[in-house]
Amino acid sequence: MLELAMGIMLGLLGLGAGCAMIAGIGPGIGEGNAVAKACEAIGRQPECKSDVTSTMIMGCAIAETTGLYGLIVAILLIFVAPGTFTGILKDAIK
Amino acid sequence: MKSKKFRRVDYGLIAMMILPILACIVLKVLFTPPSEGVNISGALVFWSSEPEVGMTTLYLSESQVNSWAVMISILGLCLYLTHGLTAKAVTKRQLIAEWLVEKCEKLVGDNMGGFFAEWGPFIAAIMALSAFSSLICLVGLFSPTGDVNVTFGWAILVFFLIMHFKFRGGLWNYFIGLFKPIPVFAPMNLIGEVATPVSMAFRHYGNILSGAVISALIGSALTGLSHSLLGWLPGVFADMPLLRVGLPAVLSIYFDVFSGVMQAFIFAMLTMLNVAGAVPWDEWNTRRKKRNKPEIQNTAA
Repeated sequence: MLELAMGIMLGLLGLGAGCAMIAGIGPGIGEGNAVAKACEAIGRQPECKSDVTSTMIMGCAIAETTGLYGLIVAILLIFVAPGTFTGILKDAIK
Repeated sequence: MKSKKFRRVDYGLIAMMILPILACIVLKVLFTPPSEGVNISGALVFWSSEPEVGMTTLYLSESQVNSWAVMISILGLCLYLTHGLTAKAVTKRQLIAEWLVEKCEKLVGDNMGGFFAEWGPFIAAIMALSAFSSLICLVGLFSPTGDVNVTFGWAILVFFLIMHFKFRGGLWNYFIGLFKPIPVFAPMNLIGEVATPVSMAFRHYGNILSGAVISALIGSALTGLSHSLLGWLPGVFADMPLLRVGLPAVLSIYFDVFSGVMQAFIFAMLTMLNVAGAVPWDEWNTRRKKRNKPEIQNTAA
């Protein structure tokens, strides 16, 4: 009984971590747009290259945040949650 | 010509830069439990207070020890660069030190304005501590920034600074500001206040930690691959993960060096923008006028 419950729990945690990383789509699209626009801007005004590049990298790093939230949830689900939930399960089954 | 005493102090300062890092490596070697295969774990815990002190158990973990070592190293570096300053720059180290100080003051002046002109040392300290903490993983140590507690500590410090300047306009004005533009927005404004440090901490932590996790996964994958592909080689070569040579180092340039330095810059940049943007100039000046104090102007942000 405990083994079955543990198996289901670990599998669901893995699935949850995978689902959490769907958040990676957003920053991918967003940063792609940002870089595309930056390339356009540099093409139009090549003398502004350094300014545009630094602003773009800054913006990209900030746009990454939402993806990182998903990543942190996934990391918590994989590395931290099993320990906590195993204890809860053992207590419940006893 | 450098005197003997000057050189002796120099050697002492260089030792101050290198020895803390070496001590951390020795500590890590002594405390790491033997394990096989890929092992992704958080910071090692050197000491924990048993029984509990007050409400919780206190831990002395690798991230604290490493960040103190980094602080001592940076102090040594600063003392080394400023050792033997002269009015006319003749040594390389003085030129480097002057260049660093000028760059930092220009950055602070451009982003925060004239009122915050003397904030250069604080911003430089945050940037250097963050960058070197992330770069310490190049010598095989655990990055303190890969621990959420460390980055959260810095973010809370920045949060207090932001709050300090927001309260300059008067507590009541701050309270009223939460209910703007319409009272329904109050919960969202409140969440927005708390979200600043949380997002700063998680951004820094997530970037460094994801780099570390991906590096470990790639390392273990390459080990497995080389065992299955090159297992037929004779002698000791069969056990050696030969495919692991090279590729992780190339990826490390992005995950460790670029990402770490970038996040340090962004953390400092966000600190500057948030603190400088938090000052309610109009309300503050009205309050100062009531107390017959001179008006403050932030020149050219």
